[in-house]
Amino acid sequence: MGGFSYHRRSKQIIATFSGFEADLLRSLASQLVELLRNEVAAPAESEDPLEALLDFSGPTTEPEDPVLKRLFPSAYGDDTEAAGEFRRYTESGLRDGKARAASTIIDSLEEAGLPPELDEDGLVIDVELSIGDAEAWMRSFTDIRLALATRLGVEEGDEDFWDSLPDDDPAGQVYGIYQWVGILQETIVEALFAAS
Amino acid sequence: MSAPSPVELDEPEVSDLVAPATPWVTIVWNDPVNLMSYVTFVFQKYFGYSKKKSEKLMMEVHNDGKSAVSTGSREEMERDVQAMHEYGLWATLEKQD
Repeated sequence: MGGFSYHRRSKQIIATFSGFEADLLRSLASQLVELLRNEVAAPAESEDPLEALLDFSGPTTEPEDPVLKRLFPSAYGDDTEAAGEFRRYTESGLRDGKARAASTIIDSLEEAGLPPELDEDGLVIDVELSIGDAEAWMRSFTDIRLALATRLGVEEGDEDFWDSLPDDDPAGQVYGIYQWVGILQETIVEALFAAS
Repeated sequence: MSAPSPVELDEPEVSDLVAPATPWVTIVWNDPVNLMSYVTFVFQKYFGYSKKKSEKLMMEVHNDGKSAVSTGSREEMERDVQAMHEYGLWATLEKQD
C-alpha cells in the first residue's frame, strides 16, 4: 500500500486503493458525517464487538460524547461562560466544515468508481484529487483518527500495548485501521508539501 | 424678541482611559494522535510561518506539551483557535501573562 503521491504533470494528488480499502474509508467517513449531523444519536448496541468499536457514530448528546468533545474542545480552558459563547458562534460552522470534508472523501471514492455496494473482487480504485480536495481528505483523516483514538483510548507512547494484543482482538483490529489511516495521512501531508 | 435658547448638548462621555488592548495568545496542546508532519503543515499553511518556525513550534508542542503559536486581539485569537479546531488540533486562547 503506497498511499498518496503528488503527480507533477497533472498537479493532482493520487492514490490507488483496493475495493476493500476504499469501502472501509467510505464507511469511516460516513460514520463521521452521521456523528456530526446527529445531535442526539441512539446508543450503539451491536452484538459484534468489532462493529461496536468501529461505530463511532455512537451514543449520547454533545458535549458528553467524548469524540465530539475532542473534535470541539473548549476554547477557554476553565472559563465556561466564554467557552460557551465561543461554542455558540463556532460549533455549527465547524460541524458543517468537518462533515463537508468527510463527504469529499465519499464523493471522490464514488467518482473514482466505488459502487454503492461493494460486491466484486479485484476492484481497484484510482483517486486523483485536486490540491483543495486533498486538503479536505487530510483534515478529515485527522477527524477520523481522533474519533478512532478516542473510542479506543489511545494514549501517548502506548504502541507496545496495542501491538501485544492477539490478532483476533477487535480493539487490536481497530487500532490497525487507526494506524493505516495514519499512514495515509502521513503520505498525503508529504504529497501536499511536495505540491507547495 | 428673544434669542433662541442655546441647545445644551450633553458632553459626550469619553472614558478617560482607552485601555490598551491586552494581548491574547493561542495555545496549541499536545495530543497522542496528531502527526508531527501534519502539525507542521498546519502551522505553515494557516499562519504562513516558515518551515523552520513551524517545526520549532511543533517540537514545543511535542516536547513541552503546549506552545503559544500566535498573539493578537481576542477576536483574532478566537479566529485562530477556530481554525485550529477545523484542523483537529487542540487549541485554546488566553490572556498573555
